[in-house]
Amino acid sequence: MALPPPDPQFVLRGTSAAIHTLHFSCGGQEPDPPVLFSGSENGLIHVWNLKTHRVDTALDGHGRKSVYCVETMGGKDRLLSQGRDQRICLWDLAEGRTSVTDSVCTEHVGFCRCSLVQLAQGRWLMATAAKGLQEVQVLELPSKTSVCTLKPEVGAKLGMPMCLKLWQLSCGSQPLLLAGYEDGSVVLWNVTMGKALSQLICHQEPVMSLDFDSERTKGISGSSEKVLCIWSLNEQQNLQVYKTHELVNAGISDITIRPDKKILATAGWDHRIRIFGWKKLKPLAVLDYHTATVHCVSFSEHRNPRERLLAAGSKDQRISLWSLYTQS
Amino acid sequence: MLERFLREGRLSALLWDGCQQQAHGGCPELQDALLNRIVCLPEHVSNKLQGENPPVFFPQNYFPLLGAAVLEVLQMISDSLRGGLDCSISFVSHVLGKVCIHGRQKEILGVLVPRLTELTKSDCIWQRICWRLVECVPERWMEAVVLGFVQRAPGSDVLSRLLGNLVVKNKKAQFVVTQKVLLLQYGHTTAVLQNLLGYLSLDSLRRALLLRVLQELLETWGSSSAVKHSPPEQQLYISKAILICLSHLKEPEIESCRQELLTSMMEGVKCHLDSSLPQLRRLGMVVAESISSKINTEGPVLKFEYEEDDETRELRSLLVQTPPLCVVPSLPGDDRSEKAGAALPLVPESNKKSQTAAPVMPDEESDAELDSDDDLVPYDMSEDKELKIKAPVYIRDCIEVLTGSEDVDKWEATVKALESLIRRNPAATREVSVELAKILLHLEEKTCIEGFVELRQRAQVAVLTTDPIPVSKYLTSQFYSLNYSLRQRMDILDVLVLAAQELSCPKFHGKPKHSDAQKPRIQLLPENDSSKDWRRIVDERIKSKTRRFATRQCHVEPASSPNQFSSVAGHFFFPLLQHFDRPLTTFDLLGEDHLVLGRLVHTLAVLMYLAVNTVAVTAMGKALLEFVWTLRFHTDSYVRQGLLSCISSLLLSVPAELLLADMTEELLETQSWLGDMVEKDPDGDCRRLALQNLLLMENLKKKLEAVPS
Repeated sequence: MALPPPDPQFVLRGTSAAIHTLHFSCGGQEPDPPVLFSGSENGLIHVWNLKTHRVDTALDGHGRKSVYCVETMGGKDRLLSQGRDQRICLWDLAEGRTSVTDSVCTEHVGFCRCSLVQLAQGRWLMATAAKGLQEVQVLELPSKTSVCTLKPEVGAKLGMPMCLKLWQLSCGSQPLLLAGYEDGSVVLWNVTMGKALSQLICHQEPVMSLDFDSERTKGISGSSEKVLCIWSLNEQQNLQVYKTHELVNAGISDITIRPDKKILATAGWDHRIRIFGWKKLKPLAVLDYHTATVHCVSFSEHRNPRERLLAAGSKDQRISLWSLYTQS
Repeated sequence: MLERFLREGRLSALLWDGCQQQAHGGCPELQDALLNRIVCLPEHVSNKLQGENPPVFFPQNYFPLLGAAVLEVLQMISDSLRGGLDCSISFVSHVLGKVCIHGRQKEILGVLVPRLTELTKSDCIWQRICWRLVECVPERWMEAVVLGFVQRAPGSDVLSRLLGNLVVKNKKAQFVVTQKVLLLQYGHTTAVLQNLLGYLSLDSLRRALLLRVLQELLETWGSSSAVKHSPPEQQLYISKAILICLSHLKEPEIESCRQELLTSMMEGVKCHLDSSLPQLRRLGMVVAESISSKINTEGPVLKFEYEEDDETRELRSLLVQTPPLCVVPSLPGDDRSEKAGAALPLVPESNKKSQTAAPVMPDEESDAELDSDDDLVPYDMSEDKELKIKAPVYIRDCIEVLTGSEDVDKWEATVKALESLIRRNPAATREVSVELAKILLHLEEKTCIEGFVELRQRAQVAVLTTDPIPVSKYLTSQFYSLNYSLRQRMDILDVLVLAAQELSCPKFHGKPKHSDAQKPRIQLLPENDSSKDWRRIVDERIKSKTRRFATRQCHVEPASSPNQFSSVAGHFFFPLLQHFDRPLTTFDLLGEDHLVLGRLVHTLAVLMYLAVNTVAVTAMGKALLEFVWTLRFHTDSYVRQGLLSCISSLLLSVPAELLLADMTEELLETQSWLGDMVEKDPDGDCRRLALQNLLLMENLKKKLEAVPS
């Protein structure tokens, strides 16, 4: 008989609003405690100290509008957050400061999270859904210079971009963007050339989330349907469906592959977190703790693999921390 | 001197003498006088001696003594019979009969029966003597003697030894055994019944009687007027007798009367199921099941669904509890069929289990094979089931789902969520209240939801309380319209009562309280609980009254708030009274739909009670009194109980002054009717309720008298 699924290692409460996004910053040196950033519906970003499990600071920069994306840029002192006030803020948190250093107005009204990739030390590329209905804008940070705007061909009805993933095959090579659209298709864009390389219609419903493993050139996407879709990218830069996996309940709001590419986690509308082996998509665990839709899942990047955590944020205003498959 | 006479055992000599005389044709007057003296000795002596009666002459001492004397005489008779002398026993029989008719069966037979049981065990002369002894009892005293024997014999075989074929020979005894004890009386214990019917079954001559008895019993059991008019205790008694009879019947006998059994069973089931008392319904089911299991040993057996209780268990134990010799052929077969029935549902279940278990195994194996290189061990995922479908959030969505949706899961979720949704959105509910009430009234169970009926009912109550006037108008009008099932009509009544209760109860705002769950049960099984409920109400009422005078300081006023029921009581009440006497093609309250009538009457009683302190109460009371008056001779006891509850809630709700001022005459008439009921009603509950009503009236009168003085 298989072991019963584990309980959460810890539960963080007290945001008093639904959690929409989570981001770890645990790679720091010893005196720096590992932290977890959470963005919630009431517009606050909480910085959780994972040693004490308390909130260190609460950042208010989005006019009480829901924060749905938080990323760090380098260390935990440089933060990027995106909110429903149609702004992306850049924060300076060093030495206890809590100030917004810069902001980008996206004028995008959807829920599409932006995506970051580091080009070089101190140079970042960010993709975000733009004002135009089907457009994605790519900017360089911190200079905020626009690199390009990705528009689908005239007549293509992709709908709004729903999720984005910027990546590079290897450091220094051309950045590529994977974008999931409202019509259920995933499109691979060449950012520098500004043109679509491949399109794959892998869902009937809007693609809610996707993640991509650049080593294996395989990605996974989830939608509001009952299906997870795994696709691969061949040498000719063509996307192909590799495998689909049927779920028990419909609706995936977030998918994340662990940095070590061993497992992946999905956040389900059915209140459950599912863990799969990334290689074969072998179902490993169903974590049933939350009492409302799980909005986001995130893995920590602790140096020591044993300390690595999974965090999940839910509409039930709780963040659950799990320690899973850390042995191997 | 008499005492010494007794002490020295001269009594037996006297009896012996009496016997001898009779044998030789003595003077009958003398005999009579002697008989009289012997039997009435205690009375004569105590009359003479007044208070100084010696203990020997107390009846409880004298009659055992007399019994011992009788035994002695019987001993002498047996001796003389063995000696070849003929001898008459009739004087002793006379004594016995006279004693028994004087009500001293217990004393005298308490001595005689055990001893005779002993003596007749092996000795056929004693058996003969015994038979003669009973046979010679004069007709007029026969009943008392036979009854005494039947009651006191330790078993049917003993009874058979003691009485012989008396019932076949003696008309009077036959009447007593086959008619009086079984059909006219119902106070005897089950053991007596078993004795008696066992006795009938033990001889081939008497078995004919047994069959006849069974037929007569079934006739009574299956007659609708008997079901309607005789008290439930008697029906239980008859049912027991039928079951015992059945247990004594042998295969061929059943074979011979199978058709008759079947017809009378059908009749009986019909009128029992028609009854409004659950006890009677259950009785009918148990008996019918037993009959059908007896007559169809191989074919399909009738099976009802009813709740097991002590009574049904006792009844069914009667069916199998029989002397082993005659059961052997039938019982194992019975057992087997029952076991087979019990085993049957088990088999598919285990099958199912193995089936569901089977696909899991290979799945896991194949998984393991595929991922053999993967060192990640999965956790148990068996709990990963489909999530319940989200219920709609808006009432209009609910309406859409309930009326048109094909999605069963969604429908289910909607039904479950509806009540809380209605309570949370009173304004939105009011916009569509009547439509919603209509949908709920017609809502049928699409899938098997646990507690569907209660869910629907709660939603209905919620709608009604949110928007009382239009919805009550709708519901009450629907109660008397065409094309509704009885269930729907009774639902309407239940909902009205529950809503009225909720509206009149100040605590109810906000969360629905838990007693809510209790109340529907009262309505679902009103026959059992209504009287209790009623009494509880009265008790509470009386308590509150007495408390007002005695311990004022501890009387804590509950948080007061306006009684929301007061303004709408009339809307709930009057439309229900309007059309009860106008039969429709599908609905005839005064005819065969008396079950609904009973519910209606009970509903009115509760509404009346809940309308206490409201403005409309006097008018309601008056209308209710008239209504009760027209129905007062209804044949169904459940209806009558309801009527009596109506009267009591009327007496409790309407202020006493108004009661007397406006409806004196009606009240007086009611009072005399109640008086009649207390004495004559066949139903025990009715009698008790009537008595309580009379007491209430009496209290009311006293109170009124106390006020002016």
